[in-house]
Amino acid sequence: MVSFTPADMDAIRLSARVALAATIVSLPFGIAIAYVMSYRSFRGKAFAEVLLNLPLTLPPVVIGYLLLLLLGKNGWIGSILDAAGLRIVFTWYAAVIASAVVGFPLLVRSIRIAMESIDEGLIQASRTLGARWSDTLATVILPLSLRGIVAGSSLMFGRSLGEFGATIIVAGNIPGVTQTIPLAVYDYVSAPGGEGAALSLCLVSAGLSLLVLFFHEYLARRMGRRD
Amino acid sequence: MELRVRCTKSFGGFHLAADFAVEGNRVGIFGESGSGKSTLVNMLAGLERPDGGEILLDGEPLFSAGRRTNVPPERRRVALVFQHPHLFPHLSVRGNLLYGWKRCAVANRQVGLDDIVDVLRIGHLLERGVMNLSGGEKQRVALGRALLSNPRLLLMDEPLSALDDTLRFQIIPYLRGACEALAIPYLFISHSLVEMRLMAERVIVFSQGRQVADTTPDDLARDRMGGSPVGYINLLRLADPRDHDGLTSYDWEGNRLFLTASPGEGELLFELSSKDMILFKKHPEAISARNLLRCTVTGTFEAGRKAGVELMCGSGRLVAEVAAEAARELELTVGSEVFAAVKASAFRRLG
Repeated sequence: MVSFTPADMDAIRLSARVALAATIVSLPFGIAIAYVMSYRSFRGKAFAEVLLNLPLTLPPVVIGYLLLLLLGKNGWIGSILDAAGLRIVFTWYAAVIASAVVGFPLLVRSIRIAMESIDEGLIQASRTLGARWSDTLATVILPLSLRGIVAGSSLMFGRSLGEFGATIIVAGNIPGVTQTIPLAVYDYVSAPGGEGAALSLCLVSAGLSLLVLFFHEYLARRMGRRD
Repeated sequence: MELRVRCTKSFGGFHLAADFAVEGNRVGIFGESGSGKSTLVNMLAGLERPDGGEILLDGEPLFSAGRRTNVPPERRRVALVFQHPHLFPHLSVRGNLLYGWKRCAVANRQVGLDDIVDVLRIGHLLERGVMNLSGGEKQRVALGRALLSNPRLLLMDEPLSALDDTLRFQIIPYLRGACEALAIPYLFISHSLVEMRLMAERVIVFSQGRQVADTTPDDLARDRMGGSPVGYINLLRLADPRDHDGLTSYDWEGNRLFLTASPGEGELLFELSSKDMILFKKHPEAISARNLLRCTVTGTFEAGRKAGVELMCGSGRLVAEVAAEAARELELTVGSEVFAAVKASAFRRLG
């Protein structure tokens, strides 16, 4: 019989909240970066490209540690926030930031693929018909990359649900505060007799992932039909 | 419309140096592919920046290296019809048509949706998506969209080359008719001489990145007759079809022509190559060709090893070609009378 303790319920709720927040916060930046990388040329673009994809290849634990250095009390950003009386490390905000950083390349990549597949002629047509760049972006580029935006968002959401390495370093594993499903599973597995509870949470995790993927598939199909 | 272009652009080993001024409402830019026509179009529309020089439209600089002016495409009021329709797939036909109109200053809105729907006959398509339109419908919508942005100048960059032959000649009356009806001057870019003659009054010829001639479409066709494998193409508008024992006769400028082509509706456009005509000094008694036209020579011109012969038949004009030697033997001079024989199957219907 699958049963959840209040701490388990907290973990499930927190996972969903962190993943949702990470996705929503990243989306505007993801769109902006994807646009810049698709349509603008600037010095150091290759470097930006590498930097953008770095989180894909770095071990999440390393990312977590770098974030800790950055956001910790003595870090560049942490010290400024500390002076303002704000603390991020070991709060659920840190979990959101960790998820956002790890999932960001996936988001940008999906949106970029969509933007780059837009026919250049459509953009030129829009310009010669009297649309400024911002207008073209809003009325041609964004609507036509909607599918990529949805795909990237669901990928990012899914990736955030599973975030472990970076989160445990920068947000810790505090039940009810920063303990998401993967962290709770880790706790159960490392303690004797926790296998049943771990399995229940695994099922929830799998269920959530499936839900996200089905939702993505549904949206993609709906958009496909409209074309 | 008055256009003055004096600009250069280099890329990848190609050097474009345009220097011409044209006035008129139906101007053609003729040239083979790779002659720099499309680069020129992009520079006029503001999609590509010239390396130097200036572009003036009706006296106003669109680009000027000296004055550091480069008007962005959205403020040039130079619309573009491309080879492919490039309709916005996420908008309906109506949404596409109104895209430029909504962005056009109210004071400049001379042409409205109703005008375009009338001229292009696309009223029944308005609420449809653009993905399921036929090739010709798409190009008509693209034209309508460009015209509705109320441009000062419409650029048509090979707008027919993606369409099949029949469709091409069905679209031409729309292209020309709509621009004339709405008083929008255009620049028609093409590598097809026949299209050029149907669309333009004046032609700038481009080759290898620079203009080599400024002429009329007809003169251009004569110039190229000598080197052309198809000869000079006479364009004939035929009307009033009647059946004649397996042939169809049409009225053409006071003559009746016999054709094997099956009859069609209204006025039809046919082509007849200068190569498909044989000239006789005297009336041949019996001949298999079904058309024998009594003509007066109104002029001759040289075209390589051949001679072009301008003929007046009734009130119609034709150009025939003969070998230079034949021209001497027949003593083809202005005012002489000849008979032109044309086979009933030599006429090819366009559109």
